[in-house]
Amino acid sequence: MKISLRINGGLMDVDVPPMKRLLDVLREDCDLTGTKEGCGEGECGACSVLLDGKVVNSCLVPVVQAQGVEILTIEGLAEGEDGLHPLQDTFIKYSGTQCGICTPGMILASKALLDENPDPTREEIREGIAGNLCRCTGYQKIVDAVDDAAKQLRGEEHHA
Amino acid sequence: MSATVGKSPLRTDGVAKVTGEAKYVDDLRDEEFLWGMTVRSKVARGTIKSITYDPDYEWTDIVRVDYRDVPAGGQNVVSHLTDDQPALASTEIRHMYEPIVLLACADLERLAEAAKHVFIEVEPLEGLFDFETADKSELIVYGDDNIMNHLTIAKGDVEAGFEAADLIVEGVYRTGWQEQMYIEPQGMIAVPHEDGSLTVSGSLQCPFYVLTALKKFLGVGEDKVNVVQTITGGAFGGKEDYPSMIACHVALLALKGQKPVKIVYDRAEDLAATTKRHPATMRHKTGVMRDGTLVASRVEFDLDGGAYITMSPVVLARGLIHGVGCYRVPNVFIDARVLATSTPPNGAFRGFGNPQATFGAERHMDKIAEVLGLSPLEIRRINLLKAGDTTATDQQLDLSVGGAACLDMVVEKSRYEALREEYAAFNAASEASGSPLRRGVGLSTFFHGAGFTGNGEARIMGRADVELREGGRVRIYTGSIDMGQGVNTTFPQLASTELGLGLDAVEMAVPDTSHVPDSGPTVASRTLMVVGKVVQQATRKLIAKLGEAYPGATYDPDQQAYVDADGAVVASWQDAAAAAYEAAGGPIRVEQTYEPDPNVEWDGDKYLGDAYPVYSWAADVASVEIDLDTYEIDLLDFHTAEDIGKAIHPIIVEGQLEGGTLQGIGYGTCEELHMKDGAVLNNRMTNYIIPTSLDSPEILVHLVELPFIGGPHGAKGLGELPTDGPAPAIAAAIAHATGAEVNETSFTPEKLHRALLAPKTGSVQ
Repeated sequence: MKISLRINGGLMDVDVPPMKRLLDVLREDCDLTGTKEGCGEGECGACSVLLDGKVVNSCLVPVVQAQGVEILTIEGLAEGEDGLHPLQDTFIKYSGTQCGICTPGMILASKALLDENPDPTREEIREGIAGNLCRCTGYQKIVDAVDDAAKQLRGEEHHA
Repeated sequence: MSATVGKSPLRTDGVAKVTGEAKYVDDLRDEEFLWGMTVRSKVARGTIKSITYDPDYEWTDIVRVDYRDVPAGGQNVVSHLTDDQPALASTEIRHMYEPIVLLACADLERLAEAAKHVFIEVEPLEGLFDFETADKSELIVYGDDNIMNHLTIAKGDVEAGFEAADLIVEGVYRTGWQEQMYIEPQGMIAVPHEDGSLTVSGSLQCPFYVLTALKKFLGVGEDKVNVVQTITGGAFGGKEDYPSMIACHVALLALKGQKPVKIVYDRAEDLAATTKRHPATMRHKTGVMRDGTLVASRVEFDLDGGAYITMSPVVLARGLIHGVGCYRVPNVFIDARVLATSTPPNGAFRGFGNPQATFGAERHMDKIAEVLGLSPLEIRRINLLKAGDTTATDQQLDLSVGGAACLDMVVEKSRYEALREEYAAFNAASEASGSPLRRGVGLSTFFHGAGFTGNGEARIMGRADVELREGGRVRIYTGSIDMGQGVNTTFPQLASTELGLGLDAVEMAVPDTSHVPDSGPTVASRTLMVVGKVVQQATRKLIAKLGEAYPGATYDPDQQAYVDADGAVVASWQDAAAAAYEAAGGPIRVEQTYEPDPNVEWDGDKYLGDAYPVYSWAADVASVEIDLDTYEIDLLDFHTAEDIGKAIHPIIVEGQLEGGTLQGIGYGTCEELHMKDGAVLNNRMTNYIIPTSLDSPEILVHLVELPFIGGPHGAKGLGELPTDGPAPAIAAAIAHATGAEVNETSFTPEKLHRALLAPKTGSVQ
């Protein structure tokens, strides 16, 4: 089935079975391997992408359902040629990424949170990323990173 | 000043990981490759009568192999400490997930279909599933008596100690399986080359372990096979030994099919088939004086090894050495065994026997305190090892003995003593008002031997190379790999600090066994402390080598230059490097090998002496709130003070300690693996529960830095330490809140309910 997808601000045409997982279409047909598979059943969140700004597990979404919506993957988050999104900056600065396999999904879930709630408490950050498992960090540095990125996005602090 | 040690420069792997550019094994899709899959046993124990392939099925585009395809010069084993485990079962099945046949095909769906046309005829046999009774079982599944390993420590005279003691306190403590649950499942790819050689790449901790296993399995030399580590999405010990198994599998398929073959496990297969933390039983008998002084300790420490030995003997050794905890006991006898069962082999997991040993030792200390009417803090202050004391292996501690400093720090930061009183008042008020809420606070103190046990480091003799590149750049060659713990940042920090250059002047070579030296495995909290020291020495050697052109000059990192006796610049690093590079006609590489500490004395037969070059120390305080209507356990907060010598990169260090602490919290609270007749019942993320961000409390890390002379800048190993202590601290908090005996991990609401109904166990004489 020919499907036209709006991914990261551009259009991409794929010819795939309609029930193929969005995760596999992104990775295999669109060469966007930043979206990871950790469990294949919607538990770990490593495959998180944003559909019209809402965070979803792309392993649970048949590609046919992603037609007509704006898909954002980690590859589309960076702003400009060499600039990074504030969340990407702070995940590096605070070591909110260790092994890195949960990081793309974690950052996208954090973006969805901050888009909806620009001034979250630490507890609200924990709620916002509760669908994304990390086995390395104990979440502490991730919460630090999201907290600082939120401040930057609100214009309270300049990133060094 | 560009020295970065003790600061937190940006992680060198950060940009690739936050942009999705980092390629993990499953992301490598450039080449055309076949997907491989594993056909496994369906019984826990049995005899294979025949393996046949459906003659009516279309096999032309499918590669299939079984034990008969192992190359003539090779051996059908996955070589580790012993060679007891076959890569592919031939006749004997010892556990439910034993691999028997491998298939490969370009089309994943065809592969699943083809597996239905493999016929494996098996005569099932009775399995052995309870390790606690395995030594008395009439059913023998390993050797003569189901005992895989047996080690003892005898220090002083334990029976005389019991005679002299005022009281004898006994208790039994148990811990269950724990799954590493790296978020990236295991995966490997093998690429055959035209000259008959093979490159095997994948998610792994120990490239040279995999290389050794492949050489034996294939019967080839290093000229015919090399191993490359791909960016590794978490490991925690789980990628220490099992990658050798998958490497053998992809290699065999690739050689047979003469095409690249990739195997990536899905979560269910990974969780069922790969190694987990050993379940353990710890039986403690301790002689104490009325003032709280420990005089004698006898511990029986048993591990469930599963079906094959894998890393069990060394897990056992570490558990044995830490068996009485971090306390001064003059008379010790520890009897430690690994028992065989018909379950998947257990193996390496961060902590490596110590989380089990520490759980037993710490719960038992609380029991002793309760019997004597002392507080958990008092019993620890009386008995904690300090400089000048000897450990259970009779190792005299001298430098960097941070137990008491950690205990003081965590007690102060957490307000432990005040919390004990506040929570007692809270509970009294709660009870009076009919509220179901109870609060408790718990304490644990623990230590972790850094580096390999005994003379392990002297046996490994890890090597690291440093190379001068064009433009004064430096490249580090090491077999140590980054699995998230940050070695690709901290090693360059060590080298660049010697040179006085920025972090960006130093790069890490890709760990490929064809061009990096064997630095030893990336395990045992050894990488930064042991291999990092070698990297530091190698950098100094390179500096000295370039300095030969400037007789009488020394190198001053602050000026990034060779200087004379007055400190005047003789040649800048850039000029010296350019001249040396040109004179040599290319890169200049220096090699450095680990230099064993001549003061380390270890008797590997008696298990006495200097078990580790040094120990890292820690103390945890956990606060919990429990709802007695639902038995829900809510962690209020968690403090940990950890003596790690020196934090080379404080943010990475804190991240390691926080992450390791949460794994220890999971071990204590929610992580439970259920096995029935040798089958894993909950091999999914849906039903094997690891902590989410909401399950995790704020983890407050307090660093204690008592430098260790043997480590770079005083650093000690810290990777495993944080995982050892949280479970007993939480157990103590639950006991404080409810009065329940919490002698078993994990403490789920169901277990707490049962514990509150059960009579007290153990005995006091």
